Amino acid sequence: MRVVIAEDLFLLRDGLTRLLEAHGLEVSAAVDNGKDLLEVLTADPSGVPDVAVVDVRLPPTFTDEGLRAALAARREVPGLPVLVLSQYVEQLYARELLACGDGGIGYLLKDRVFDSAQFVDAVRRVAAGGTAMDPEVIARLLARNSGDGALAALSPREREVLGLMAEGRSNAAIAQRLFVSERAVAKHTASIFLKLGLQPSDDDNRRVLAVLAYLGR
Amino acid sequence: MSGTVMIPGSPSHRSAQRPGVRGDIIAAGRGLAFGGLMLAGLGLLLVPVIALILVGLGAGVVIDATALPGIQRAVLGLLLILTGLLMGRLLMLGVLLAVRRLAILTRRLAREWCGVPIAEAYLPPPGIGIVSGTGNGKLSFQQRLWWLVSDPATWRDLLWATMNAVVGWILALLPAMLVGVGLIGFIAPTLRHVIEIPPPAFPGNSPPVLILIGAAFVTLGLAAAPWLLRAYGGFAGAMLGPPGQAELALRVRHLAQTRAETLDSGAAEIRRIERDLHDGAQARLVAMGMALSAADELLDANPAAARALLTEARDASAKALAELRALVRGVHPPVLADRGLAAAIQALALDSRLKVDVLGSLPGRPQPPVESAAYFAVCELLANVSKHAGARQAWIDMRYEHGLLRVDVADDGHGGADPAAGTGLHGIERRLAAFDGILALNSPPGGPTVVTMEIPCALSSPKTSSC
Ligand SMILES: Nc1ncnc2c1ncn2[C@@H]1O[C@H](COP(=O)(O)OP(=O)(O)O)[C@@H](O)[C@H]1O
Ligand SMILES: [Mg+2]
Repeated sequence: MRVVIAEDLFLLRDGLTRLLEAHGLEVSAAVDNGKDLLEVLTADPSGVPDVAVVDVRLPPTFTDEGLRAALAARREVPGLPVLVLSQYVEQLYARELLACGDGGIGYLLKDRVFDSAQFVDAVRRVAAGGTAMDPEVIARLLARNSGDGALAALSPREREVLGLMAEGRSNAAIAQRLFVSERAVAKHTASIFLKLGLQPSDDDNRRVLAVLAYLGR
Repeated sequence: MSGTVMIPGSPSHRSAQRPGVRGDIIAAGRGLAFGGLMLAGLGLLLVPVIALILVGLGAGVVIDATALPGIQRAVLGLLLILTGLLMGRLLMLGVLLAVRRLAILTRRLAREWCGVPIAEAYLPPPGIGIVSGTGNGKLSFQQRLWWLVSDPATWRDLLWATMNAVVGWILALLPAMLVGVGLIGFIAPTLRHVIEIPPPAFPGNSPPVLILIGAAFVTLGLAAAPWLLRAYGGFAGAMLGPPGQAELALRVRHLAQTRAETLDSGAAEIRRIERDLHDGAQARLVAMGMALSAADELLDANPAAARALLTEARDASAKALAELRALVRGVHPPVLADRGLAAAIQALALDSRLKVDVLGSLPGRPQPPVESAAYFAVCELLANVSKHAGARQAWIDMRYEHGLLRVDVADDGHGGADPAAGTGLHGIERRLAAFDGILALNSPPGGPTVVTMEIPCALSSPKTSSC
């Protein structure tokens, strides 16, 4: 799997490259600004990577240059998987990313790199067209919806499952995480969808997006 | 302080002159109203005059009594003096305040009716008060009296009331008087069978002549009304506006005060950041270093313990990061830095547990210090809504007009916000004052609450935005 990295700090760029390579991914390019990123991602169709890992804040403006380059690239190459990393997570940016096409989107705090297994899992998931939302984004979405009667009707376990699902995890991953069987998770998911009035679906990613859309209303 | 300073360019220049007879009648009516205010002022001026006369009379009687001993007369004289003094002392505050109210009302009417904006330049009451002008009720009698007497504007108001009692007859009342004399003195007597008014006696006063003269009076009065009303506005502006020097002195005081406050709050902010770093991230980094070196030593002898220490170090670094994040968010929020005020307010609304609707937009970005002040003001106001208001919903409306950035934060809660009950609203007011901005609070008991802030500023041209 080919990965492009955009990160301006040498230490982090280097660390990310080594981490990904240690887990068997190929880093095809590592750039340090938004303009180069856009070029690498859109220049030559045969060289389009499987996923781009992008820092939000990049030169020359040191604002949300990386995010904007990633969004622009996705407009040129629809569905291009992008995992955005940042020191901060912002609902506003999460929304913009989610609004830019279905799936293949990740938005994580840089701290998540500390847990390399989980992080690489998120990279692979996004590359495969899935979703990876930071637990902090989801926690704040849930807090914002705390007045919602339908959510209040969920059992604590169901709420836990909902949170993990919104992060973009598959039933299998949730089962592993909560030390329960996959069947049990499937039962919880069905019940959640019923209580929230959402259309059930077998497709993992479709389910994730439905839940995120519900929480982001 | 800032509550008394007018923002340049903000008063509405509604010149309410309607063309035609209707406008003339309205102008005459307004002149009449100004005349009423003038008479009220005259009445107020008479109070100290009467007090003086009483004192003088009393003194006369006492002197008279000492020459020709008469105990009752001496007592009467003393009583008169006492009444005069008491009137002077007790009524002085009331009179001064009433004259000030009249002056404030006249300024407002001069702006609305004559299109003459008149700046108000009263000293703020001792201590800070968001709404000043007539002072807040928490000062002692002495303090209030001193506050009024020591303000040159009070004496200018008194001078105005005196001059007004002379000039007001001509400029304010004349049109209404002309119309009245024309109608009642000349035209009404021709309807003798209806109303019993003796016609004025002059040779040849037949009804047609009377009507002619009456109509001339009425026409003259109405025609003169708009002119005289405008002239009265000019007169009020000249008398009631602050003289240039006073305006400058006021400005200097304002700047000195807001500068001192800005420096103070800047220093306090730096101390807070230093403390947060020292107790937070710095301490965690030390703990991390210690855990790492301990792990280093244990690595061969006890790998399991070393692993536990490494986990500990990783957790410490995650916590340090989280603390730094919170700290930076409190100093320079990312979305504000990236996208500017409008987007940062949107982001705030998205993060709020409350339902917050954001309306309006800004055609560009203000200077960073203004952006930051406005942003943190909205933060505090939203925090107030969720802490105090018991509201179901809040609205934020932002716009930029005539060089003025204006943001409203409204909620449907129970109202009754009181700046004196906390520190947040005063803090916002002080912070905005550094930019000549103001905060206006409207929060009747029972709600709703609307807080408006206005900051004069320029906007930079907008940057092209994304997706
Ligand atoms: N939106 C609001 N609705 C109702 N009451 C409010 C609102 N905002 C403020 N208040 C009241 O006004 C007081 C002063 O507010 P503030 O100056 O921000 O102080 P505090 O530090 O208590 O928040 C608060 O203690 C609260 O009682
Ligand atoms: Mg407050």
